[in-house]
Amino acid sequence: MYKAPERILLGHGSGGRLSHDLIKHFILPAFANPVLSELHDGARLTIDGARLAFSTDSYVVKPRFFPGGDIGKLAVCGTVNDLAMCGAEPLYLSAGFIVEEGLPAGELQQIIASMQSAALAAGVAIVTGDTKVVEKGAVDGLYINTAGIGRILPGVDIDARRVKPGQTVIVSGYLGDHAIAVMSERHGLTLPAQIVSDCAPLNKLVRELLTAVPAAVTMLRDPTRGGLATTLNEIAADAGVGIILEENAVPVRPEVQAVCEILGFDPLYLANEGKVIVIVEKEYNEQVLAIMRQNALAGSACIIGTVTEKPPGQVALKTMVGGLRLVDMLAGEQLPRIC
Amino acid sequence: MAYEAVRIHITGVVQGVGFRPYVYNLAMRHKVSGWVANDGSGVELVAEGWQAAVDGFVAAIRQQAPPLAVIESLTVTPCEPGNYAGFQIRTSVTGQAKTALISPDVATCAHCRGELLEPTDRRYRYPFINCTNCGPRYTIIQDIPYDRRKTTMREFAMCPACQAEYDDPASRRFHAQPNACPVCGPAYVLLDREGRELKPQGQDPPAMAARLIAQGSILAIKGLGGYHLAVNARDEAAVAHLRQRKVREDKPFAVMAGSLAAIQKHCLASAAEVELLTSAAGPIVLLAKGACYDLASSIAPGNPYIGVMLPYAPVHYLLLKAEDVWVMTSGNLADEPIAYQDEDARRRLSAIADYYLIHNRAIHCRADDSVIRIVQDKPYFIRRSRGYVPAPVNLSRELPAVLAVGAELKNTFCLIRGRQAFLSSHTGDLENLPTYQSYLAAIEHLKNLLAVTPEVVAYDLHPEYLSTKYAVALALPGVPVQHHHAHIAAVMAEHHLTGPVIGLAFDGTGYGPDGSLWGGEFLVADLRQYRRAGHLAYMPLPGGAKAIREPWRLAVCLLKELYGQDFAALDIPLTRNLPPGWELVLAAAEKGINTPQTSGAGRLFDAVAALLGIRLQINYEGQAAVELELAARGFRGQVLPYAIQESNGLLVFDYKPLVMTICQGIRRGIACGQLAADFHTTLAAATCEITLRISRVTGLKSVALSGGVFQNITLLTQIIGMLGQYDFSLYLHRQSPPNDGGLALGQAVIAGERSN
Ligand SMILES: [Fe+3]
Ligand SMILES: [Mg+2]
Ligand SMILES: [Zn+2]
Ligand SMILES: [Zn+2]
Repeated sequence: MYKAPERILLGHGSGGRLSHDLIKHFILPAFANPVLSELHDGARLTIDGARLAFSTDSYVVKPRFFPGGDIGKLAVCGTVNDLAMCGAEPLYLSAGFIVEEGLPAGELQQIIASMQSAALAAGVAIVTGDTKVVEKGAVDGLYINTAGIGRILPGVDIDARRVKPGQTVIVSGYLGDHAIAVMSERHGLTLPAQIVSDCAPLNKLVRELLTAVPAAVTMLRDPTRGGLATTLNEIAADAGVGIILEENAVPVRPEVQAVCEILGFDPLYLANEGKVIVIVEKEYNEQVLAIMRQNALAGSACIIGTVTEKPPGQVALKTMVGGLRLVDMLAGEQLPRIC
Repeated sequence: MAYEAVRIHITGVVQGVGFRPYVYNLAMRHKVSGWVANDGSGVELVAEGWQAAVDGFVAAIRQQAPPLAVIESLTVTPCEPGNYAGFQIRTSVTGQAKTALISPDVATCAHCRGELLEPTDRRYRYPFINCTNCGPRYTIIQDIPYDRRKTTMREFAMCPACQAEYDDPASRRFHAQPNACPVCGPAYVLLDREGRELKPQGQDPPAMAARLIAQGSILAIKGLGGYHLAVNARDEAAVAHLRQRKVREDKPFAVMAGSLAAIQKHCLASAAEVELLTSAAGPIVLLAKGACYDLASSIAPGNPYIGVMLPYAPVHYLLLKAEDVWVMTSGNLADEPIAYQDEDARRRLSAIADYYLIHNRAIHCRADDSVIRIVQDKPYFIRRSRGYVPAPVNLSRELPAVLAVGAELKNTFCLIRGRQAFLSSHTGDLENLPTYQSYLAAIEHLKNLLAVTPEVVAYDLHPEYLSTKYAVALALPGVPVQHHHAHIAAVMAEHHLTGPVIGLAFDGTGYGPDGSLWGGEFLVADLRQYRRAGHLAYMPLPGGAKAIREPWRLAVCLLKELYGQDFAALDIPLTRNLPPGWELVLAAAEKGINTPQTSGAGRLFDAVAALLGIRLQINYEGQAAVELELAARGFRGQVLPYAIQESNGLLVFDYKPLVMTICQGIRRGIACGQLAADFHTTLAAATCEITLRISRVTGLKSVALSGGVFQNITLLTQIIGMLGQYDFSLYLHRQSPPNDGGLALGQAVIAGERSN
């Protein structure tokens, strides 16, 4: 039975089980409405007959600059991708800044420039915004919130309820790059090879896919915080299906794998900022892969698993030796369970 | 003399153990009339006759019982005579409270063995021979009361000859529910890899299977509680082959020997060990290898002990000749659960087995072989399963209905009904999907068999245990229980201690309420509460679970802490050959990246094993600690320097001086085995000192020992020896394993006491 926490812990923001419980038991009941209850990356709305997607996200990444990106690029790509995952073409973004007094102005300028170039790359316009400065110590440097709206592509219906046994799970490329890049920068680690964040806008890739085969795709999600494992668990739970992954099919760069081995991280749980999970009707497998691989962001797209009837709501990994390992949603952080 | 009638109700293990025929025969002998029947809670009977006859009859029931029966209560109430003509065995009464105890499976009895090998017997070489004194029970029962139509034997209609035995109160097979013969009962077939049946001329399938084993093949054999994989234990190539196909690098295999003589040829067996080997439970017993041991070296590489069992199902007697010794390992791949369903077995074992010896009687409940060693002349469980489950642990008082969901690895769960705690059979590692699914099914099955509807669910504090997540999602009031408190409570429950006691809980890692991983704990505990009174110093676990699989990480962190940046210049084997990635591991430890802190005693063993160069990476759980113990054999340990710090009222074992002295010893060329022995002795001495200091403050004299580290007999016996010099009462696990296989018992009792 759910027991309300006395205080909000860091774990409640980890994207795992604690966050879910917080949303389910604190936030949803208060705001209850049919759009919110779908719990997608963004809300899907119909206004005067126009099908729109609407989404918001806040960015607090530490450090603000990392190999392959910065907080500004992340803030634009994140919201663009959330809209894309609704099957929409992102159109307009807002940007809100919460700045700690004393932040070097040059740094802010650099981040704003980075946002603008990311917006250009994604083909969206940042059309409104807000800036607040708070006293030293009230925030850590700079937090950015972005929100965005987009138009849902014609004939497209991205919905967990359409995910059915027999469909295929495809991922657009290597997992874990973003998390490792940010972590190594944050801690000043010397890695055997440099690892660059995959932070990128996915809307063009999604548009190409959904325009070519709108009926093929039942679900789209970007495996950000909590990684592939958490995102697939959410899909499995929402759709009431099982998902079986093939361990040797899950794409991880050798250099990321090597760092994971040393630091004890499971790449399945690492955040990505430029990857998409696509669930497709089986008969479109090859067509979808071919379309995706033509886009530079998904050159390594591949099939990683299938949707199954069992175990409902759970994700399992077929290991190299032939076992089936449960890949659960974490309650908090990865902690050894071996006694 | 008066004519009188009594109604008698008996509870305990009284169904499926020949209790009714025994009562019937007693009634005949004492010349009483009436009837006997099973009901949902045991056996009910009415006896009437002349007063002396009835008294004699009742006294006889009280005094003796059939060999497998365990009487827990017997109530006699006078009643009106029914003027019965004779004595009758009535069919089971259903719909009553389902509280009868189900018997565990029982090894083939001497009578049945005799008939099995007697060419003139109608069950000559029949691999399903059984009687009321032996045979399958728990593994075939689908529901209660125990009756053929509620077992997987219901598929087989008895032939007239079997039915006659079943109906004859004078027969050993009177109401033997799994009664069968070659005419009417289940049968074995032999299949090749592709599933084609082999029909050997003039040989039965077991005989042919035995020949294939002799030729070096790997056989999957369906037995009582699951599948075994079998090879000839004298055939090094076959054993190595099995290891490779099973993806099991170093973990020892158990063997089955055709006779006690064959065991005694290879191993040393004390009287207590022989008694356990030949008991009705028929477990695997850990024995020391003898001077004439000559089995394949890859069975238990580098290990002076080997797990041995005797045949316990009839088919084993047909397979193994008296002098034979076979590897009989659970039929599974690496960490998967043992296979017990045919389809599943064929699929999962296809990459391992050359042939399948299977039969057509379903196994309803999976049961692995139990594993036990004798410690101080008494059984000490490593794994409690077939032959013991579902016998309850009797508690000191009645508690509410609790479901305790157990740990993550070596999982068992526990249900409390009244004054009894029912620990489930070994489930395995929950992260494995088939294991997790069988765990859910087993909980439902046991709830049904015991007719228990849990009111409370107890679970570990560890937020990531799958058992915890399962428990939290149930619509039941939950009681979270600290891991080491549960370990200690399990021992207390077994010994009817209500506390408080000093609890020594030494294991690998268990979740502490401070978010660190505990595991070298000195608790002051009763069945409701505990207080941490002492612990081993914390060490970093860089990489989390990875550091458990790679003990060198712990050693490197310790060296860095002791010797600073220059540790790499320290001339010991570990630093001469540092594994790749060590700089990054140290950086992660320093910055706290995926580096929990642990006071786990098992981790200290790991670190020292790595320092001594015994093992840098493990291939099975606990391997480094096992090998450190083995290295110490034959050496007399000395107490090396150590310190005990007092901080915030806690006594902390500071092992830095010990580790430093070990490093000096390595550099001075002292034998690795000597240092390993010194480590054990020093840890025992420090444990003893902390216990004494806690005792001095609290006045407590009872000490309970639990946790997987106490599978280390060297450490255990040294601690017992040292504490034995003071007036302590020491309590060890005797009915459940000290490892996490016993955890659910402790969880259950704590939750029961707290909600009482
Ligand atoms: Fe434990
Ligand atoms: Mg997002
Ligand atoms: Zn028998
Ligand atoms: Zn028959």
